[in-house]
Amino acid sequence: MPNTESNSYTILFSAILVVAVGVLLTLVFSWTNPSYLKSVELEKRQNILSAALGKSVDREQAESMFDQYITDMAMYTADGALVEDGSETAFTLNQAKEVKKGADEERFPMFKFQNGDTVRYVLGMRGTGLWGPVWGFIAIESDLNTVFNANFDHKSETPGLGAEIKTDMFEGQFRPKDGNAKELYGDDGSFKGIRVEKTGKVPQSSPEYQHVVDGISGGTITSNGVSDMLQKYLQAFTNYAEKNGLKTQGQALLVD
Amino acid sequence: MSTETTVQEKAPKAPAKPLFTAKDRKLITDPLDDDNPITVQVLGICSALAVTVQLKPALFLCMGVLFVMVFGSATISLLRNLVPSRVRIIVQLVVVAALVTVVDLALKALAYDVSKELSVFVGLIITNCIVMGRLEAFALANKPGPSILDAFGNALGYSVILIIVAIFREFFGSGSIMGFNLIPQGFYDMGYVNNGLFILPPMALILVGIIIWVQRSRNKKLIEAN
Repeated sequence: MPNTESNSYTILFSAILVVAVGVLLTLVFSWTNPSYLKSVELEKRQNILSAALGKSVDREQAESMFDQYITDMAMYTADGALVEDGSETAFTLNQAKEVKKGADEERFPMFKFQNGDTVRYVLGMRGTGLWGPVWGFIAIESDLNTVFNANFDHKSETPGLGAEIKTDMFEGQFRPKDGNAKELYGDDGSFKGIRVEKTGKVPQSSPEYQHVVDGISGGTITSNGVSDMLQKYLQAFTNYAEKNGLKTQGQALLVD
Repeated sequence: MSTETTVQEKAPKAPAKPLFTAKDRKLITDPLDDDNPITVQVLGICSALAVTVQLKPALFLCMGVLFVMVFGSATISLLRNLVPSRVRIIVQLVVVAALVTVVDLALKALAYDVSKELSVFVGLIITNCIVMGRLEAFALANKPGPSILDAFGNALGYSVILIIVAIFREFFGSGSIMGFNLIPQGFYDMGYVNNGLFILPPMALILVGIIIWVQRSRNKKLIEAN
């Protein structure tokens, strides 16, 4: 038995341990990472589709359905200018990197969903919650005003508090209910977007309520993060739509 | 279970020592009650507060802790005569951190949705005082067999408390268990409101306190003589 207390033994032991652990973790990582990346990609397709369809989509079918229904995609800047980039598409765009670029350079992805005559625009969004990033997809009807659906996700919000943004209770507020849909434009035709407000702050009877969803009690910072994110991406989309005349079937843009 | 015992009885040469001696059994049963890591040793409180808002993440965390403790204890116990005592804490930390990373990577690849559910909490297993505590106090001085039993017992003792706290918090705080709503909509219509305090961390501490109270009034061994 070597003298386990000598300096040279201690250094040798530590070195061997660290190398052994390093090799083990590298092997495990290279073995697990491809299927992890595949899951992430499929989940993104799933989320885009389920936002546009208003129902959940099987992960197995996500790839084929995506090819079938997502007929076009685009990237634009905050002021609505179309971005052409041969190396990247709206789908491969890494929004985690985009949000760090700052307001002038960030590119915003949009996906066009088409099923027969039904056209919806799905926007990829990313913002900041309490503990880490939050992201989501919101689907806008072809009148470019009515919100059809939205889904959200997060990296590390507290279960039961901020993490509730990904529950149906929160996401369901973005779906039209009893003929009342959330709308991007106010009755006067100006852009209002969608805000997340403390429950009861804006009464349901108020006309303002069509631009408001109820926040999560105990998850105020996450709710505010989602609110800021919605405003930013909806504003950019509106700029893009107005600038590029996203008109549908000859209707005037932004009828209300 | 019954088939295993019959096979043992039929074995031609009777083993000199039963599979689990009374001492071995105590290694598992003690942490469940008399020496519970949370309620008696008051270790691992941090995660008991953080992950018990809902039962599902709590269950997965328990499984993660169980895996890391059992394999960590086995590894450290096998290395116990080789580890230089001056760097033993760092060695334990490296072993635990490596195991936790393996758990995290494996979950991401094999159970992507579960790994999203747990998010940061898997990484937090590293900082769970029970893991390092048992490595330092037991595995470093005992053979692999007893060390594994000790790790298993402590992980179970930890899990029991976590699960009890999580059931109470999810039921009263969100009206559900494992995500299934148990309180009918009619109750809410009549004015029942979920108790928001149960969702917040202080309630976990209060619940652990109540469990300690119940346990001490039941188990006389835990009452200090003074």
